[in-house]
Amino acid sequence: MTVFDALDLAIAALVLGVAAWTIAAREMFSAVVGYVAYGLLLAIVWVRLYAPDVALTEAAIGGGVTGVLLVVASKRLGRLPQPEAGPGLGLKLAAAGLAALVAGLIAAALLYLPDPAPSLAPEADRHLAQTGLGNAVTAVLIAYRSFDTMLEKVVLVLAVVGVWSVAPDRFWGGRPAPLGPASPDPALVFLARVLAPVGLVIGVQIFWVGADEPGGAFQGGAILAAMAMIVMMARLMRPPRIGSRRLRLALIAGPAVFLVVGLAGPLIAGSFFAYPAGFAKPLILFIEAFMVLSIAATLPLLVAGPPNGEGEP
Amino acid sequence: MSAALDVFSLLAIGAGVFFFVAGTVALVRFPDSLSRLHALTKADNLGLGLVVIGLLPRAGSPLAALKLVVLWALVQVSSATVAQLIGGALRRRDAET
Amino acid sequence: MTDALLVAAGAILLTVAVGLVRVLYGPREVDRMMAVQLLGTGGVAALLLAAAATEVAGVENVALGLALLSSFASVAFVVASPRADRR
Repeated sequence: MTVFDALDLAIAALVLGVAAWTIAAREMFSAVVGYVAYGLLLAIVWVRLYAPDVALTEAAIGGGVTGVLLVVASKRLGRLPQPEAGPGLGLKLAAAGLAALVAGLIAAALLYLPDPAPSLAPEADRHLAQTGLGNAVTAVLIAYRSFDTMLEKVVLVLAVVGVWSVAPDRFWGGRPAPLGPASPDPALVFLARVLAPVGLVIGVQIFWVGADEPGGAFQGGAILAAMAMIVMMARLMRPPRIGSRRLRLALIAGPAVFLVVGLAGPLIAGSFFAYPAGFAKPLILFIEAFMVLSIAATLPLLVAGPPNGEGEP
Repeated sequence: MSAALDVFSLLAIGAGVFFFVAGTVALVRFPDSLSRLHALTKADNLGLGLVVIGLLPRAGSPLAALKLVVLWALVQVSSATVAQLIGGALRRRDAET
Repeated sequence: MTDALLVAAGAILLTVAVGLVRVLYGPREVDRMMAVQLLGTGGVAALLLAAAATEVAGVENVALGLALLSSFASVAFVVASPRADRR
């Protein structure tokens, strides 16, 4: 057994242990903390699986965005009047059954994979030069299966619409509740002032190197989103009014630009969602830049929640 | 020269590991939240700092070395601030109960 | 040397993982949060060591992202806790 094997076994046991604890935890907040720890460990697992692109996503989403989302959500829920009775036994059993079914199906799919598992990786690598990119993951996302990626961004917009749709009519178009306390700790304001500019640079850099190295639009956008969140938590910025025209343009910019370029495909490259030869890379980066903007705008709005009247002074 | 650098790296990284161990032991064994916080922030910052110092001679380029230092500074700033925030929150809550 | 770096990475990771018993036992929410904070810093150190040992491209960027964001859950915890408003 090499050092690697021992390390892998230990990490795998750890991930399983934390996952089991997260499910078994009785208090909501304990489960949330367990889940954040689980996300951090997963980032390390992805590195061990030689998938730094995924690890970066997990670090940005699991460490930054969902951590804040879940902690804030659990605290907001804790402040609401608690219902008399929790979910009944039947509902709990149904939820457990469904979750076990999904996990079982994934496990079965893995176990019944033929050996060697079918792979399109050599194919993806062979055509990499045509895209002008150096990172095969980005090529898969924005070139080979660009239609799926475009729809994934649409899903993000739909998620925001879903959150907004629970806003009471009289607050429609207003600001979501502020993320931070009315008088934030000066230390927090300091942290936000120091971290946000540095994070802005790192986020843009991770998007930019994504063309040739691990990184990309989603990872970069998620880091920018986390920076927007800490600035809002320090009350240096208020959540934007959801009726704002500029905000809505930022939300749809990514999928919209993607769609326009994709629909222009027949004119410039001969088929839908195709890029003209030799001009693919600049076009891909152009689309990605708008996707970064949309992701950076979407994720903080999901954390901020619907406008509920607390956001107006 | 490279052997000497390797020894230096190993010593610094070993010391870093020691501080992570110390921080964890303190987190598990110390009796109350404030002393746990105190031990934790010292330990994880020193531990990471020493690991970074140990890795500096192995960095491929000056830019890679700078990246390591920036990374350490980021953790320093945010970890110290979080300690301050958590400490403040703990004190306020203790004052109320 | 490579093995030594990996052993160090594993040692740090498993050490901070022991700290996760604080997530289990608490007793206060703050104690649970602190264990995650330690896991974040330890994870950054382990990733840096693994990056130096294996030279897989991009791992140091993962460490950078983690370093940038590792304190976010704790910040959200302090900010969102009730009574944070009242001084």
